[in-house]
Amino acid sequence: MEAVMMKRDDCLKALARHVTDTDIVLPVYSTAFDWIEIRPHALNYLSHGAMGLASSHALGLALGRPDRRVIVLDGDGSLLMNLGSLVSIGAAAPANLFHFVCENGTYEANGGHPIPGRDRVDFAGFARSAGYRAVHQFTDLKIFEQQVGALLSEPGPLFVDLKITSSGPQERDYTRIHGPHVRKAFKDALAAG
Amino acid sequence: MQQAASTESRGYLHGSSIIREIKASQIEFVVSVPDITTSEGLLRPLSQQTAPRLVRICKEDEGVGICAGLAYAGRRALLLIQQTGLLDSINAVRGVAVEYGLPICMMVGLLEKEPDVRPMQSKRYGVRIVEPILDAMGITYHEIEEEADVAKIKPAIDAAYAQSRPVVLLIGRRPS
Repeated sequence: MEAVMMKRDDCLKALARHVTDTDIVLPVYSTAFDWIEIRPHALNYLSHGAMGLASSHALGLALGRPDRRVIVLDGDGSLLMNLGSLVSIGAAAPANLFHFVCENGTYEANGGHPIPGRDRVDFAGFARSAGYRAVHQFTDLKIFEQQVGALLSEPGPLFVDLKITSSGPQERDYTRIHGPHVRKAFKDALAAG
Repeated sequence: MQQAASTESRGYLHGSSIIREIKASQIEFVVSVPDITTSEGLLRPLSQQTAPRLVRICKEDEGVGICAGLAYAGRRALLLIQQTGLLDSINAVRGVAVEYGLPICMMVGLLEKEPDVRPMQSKRYGVRIVEPILDAMGITYHEIEEEADVAKIKPAIDAAYAQSRPVVLLIGRRPS
């Protein structure tokens, strides 16, 4: 029997059960709006300045704070804008970087148009050939729920491709992501510990 | 005496002097895509040292994000690129460095700039447009053309971090 497609918010809830108070999390766009409802926290790094750059911000944080787990929750459209970052991360090889991609095949925040190469692009293959230490792909929520805790206890850089569907309609108040208060809260929280 | 020293410094730019100032600025990471102007005089010797740590990247806008993450982590970084890469990264610089007000410090080699010619007087369109673009974006920049200009580097980087804003250091000739 074919597995039921995973909903993004269900995957994020499973992940959130294993995220600690010291972890830094960088979610993008639609994933960010789900994530801040599931795990509101000052160490959510939400302001990336330009589409595609989350994985690069994550690399900087991972190199600068090797004592913290840095978890980037990327989108497939976003990652396509910065594929070179996979190679840069593979080369720098930070053990504390965990790179999840929520793959739904669309630019969900920009009208739901399909990404180029939808259903043909192999994100896990990109990460594997870029030199990530381990690469995983999930299409079944139960299996992801069983394994995600163990994945986060492995040394990185780790790449996880989640084949998901949208969580449904969202209210996208971008001041919750780009507002200066968000960046100040993050800066203060990271400096405090 | 000061005049003589200045005259002596004309026409020369030493990579070792720039690296000395980078280290004096407490830069811990150099994030770079190779640039032909600074390739031999700066990037090559930096690649042979353990500190600052060299992070090689694929595209310059990645570096803007990496330097932002490092800034939040309280670590100083320098993005060493060519002006073609700066032009390619304008949106990242706009969003991350300018609108968020982060200390993204960029050292930018000016490809094909003629020595001893001010960038805006260059015959090369790709050189001539750089400073007007930085002016339009409200980004502070400094020309590093000869040895006497190296003294601008540390104050520029210190000011960028003190005021949490970007700065660009334009390298106008190939350092020896």
